[in-house]
Amino acid sequence: MSTQDRSRLHPITRRQALACLATWTGAAVVWTVAGGVPRALGATRGDAPVASSTDAFTFVQISDTHIGFRKEANPDVVGSLRHAIADIHALPQTPAFVVHTGDVSHLSKPEEFGSARELLQELKVDRVHTVPGEHDTIDDGATGYLRYFDHDGKNRSWYSFDQGGVHFVGLNNVLNFKLGTLASLGDEQLGWLKSDLAGVSGSTPIVVLAHIPLWTVWEPWGWGTADSAEAMALLRPFGSVTVLNGHIHQVLQKVEGNVALHTAMSLAYPLPAPGQAGIGEPGPVTVASAELAKVLGTRRVEVIRGRHELALVDMPFEGRRA
Amino acid sequence: MSAHASIRAVAIAAQALGVRRLLPLALMACALSLPAMRQAGAAATPGGPVVDITKFAYAPKDITVAPGTRVVWINRDETPHTVTGTDKSFGSKGMDTDDRFEHTFDREGDFSYLCTVHPFMTGVVHVRKP
Repeated sequence: MSTQDRSRLHPITRRQALACLATWTGAAVVWTVAGGVPRALGATRGDAPVASSTDAFTFVQISDTHIGFRKEANPDVVGSLRHAIADIHALPQTPAFVVHTGDVSHLSKPEEFGSARELLQELKVDRVHTVPGEHDTIDDGATGYLRYFDHDGKNRSWYSFDQGGVHFVGLNNVLNFKLGTLASLGDEQLGWLKSDLAGVSGSTPIVVLAHIPLWTVWEPWGWGTADSAEAMALLRPFGSVTVLNGHIHQVLQKVEGNVALHTAMSLAYPLPAPGQAGIGEPGPVTVASAELAKVLGTRRVEVIRGRHELALVDMPFEGRRA
Repeated sequence: MSAHASIRAVAIAAQALGVRRLLPLALMACALSLPAMRQAGAAATPGGPVVDITKFAYAPKDITVAPGTRVVWINRDETPHTVTGTDKSFGSKGMDTDDRFEHTFDREGDFSYLCTVHPFMTGVVHVRKP
């Protein structure tokens, strides 16, 4: 979305924004920071100079908004997205951009994509970067999704860009090629990733955006990517890689060498823990309405060049005690 | 050929050759196919083969039907699913809760399918002459 588009399509009024803020009942609480594992982001040398604060920037990850979902687990997903937008506007530092890691729609319907795009344009940030989820590619692959969320006009659902010395890569790992397997990236996209990374120096921090976890969280529920090993092999040589995923509607982390993988909360509804006893399938979990605000939320990511950690702060709508 | 197909074939022939000359033939074909239509209708009643999509699975996962049988899938989950033939010979749109999808299997064979949203969900329709 261009800055021009954004200013033209900014329907939220000051009063609406204040109304949203007024309903925000709790302060954002840090309840996990990168799973307790500090991640190097920036130069890998220990003596790297700390950059001036003007070098720092933040961005926000939101995920799994499921516009079009109206079931008991969350009858008002639009309200939840607006809540997230208000939270983002209340941050002390304006984020450079927002990323949405998949399932912006529930049923891949054009009206859902259209509504989602309009709502995301209420965000007072320069850009929103999205990647598709499996709910966005139900009927015709990424075709319908790309009509609303074509990142760079290339009619392709994967892309890269650079910001503040960090190389960002957006991937589509919800493609299906084989019966009964996990969704995958596919050879064409892996070939693109290889050539894209060929031009990036080994000390450049990399942030990867993809919907489904790039590691196998729970195969019986499809919580993994069939060819993630090929992608990891391409990413492993780099000094600092952070993978931001959605899909499983809960926060999990995994660290493999220099690669840290993180899943995020949803803005729609919670899902069970991987393989949770007594629950046979990954369907929406209905919790008491007072509890819902504790399991939905946003994630703020702080990038400081020359510093050794990429700070991830998960912010539920209402704070929970860590 | 199903009743619907035979009527369509006659209608197309009538269009091509002139309706008036073929009208009696068309009427006769309709009359002849009436019992067949009733039979086809019976297959679509709730007593016909229904595959429930529930808890991220097709139930039953395997069914065997005679050629010409219409199979009905109903999504009982809160999550959308699809019924997509792996040979692409049949396929639903995204099915929301309580949405139905029907397909008539005319020829013998084994027709595997999956949910494109959750590709670990698979099923098979075996079409066999009784």
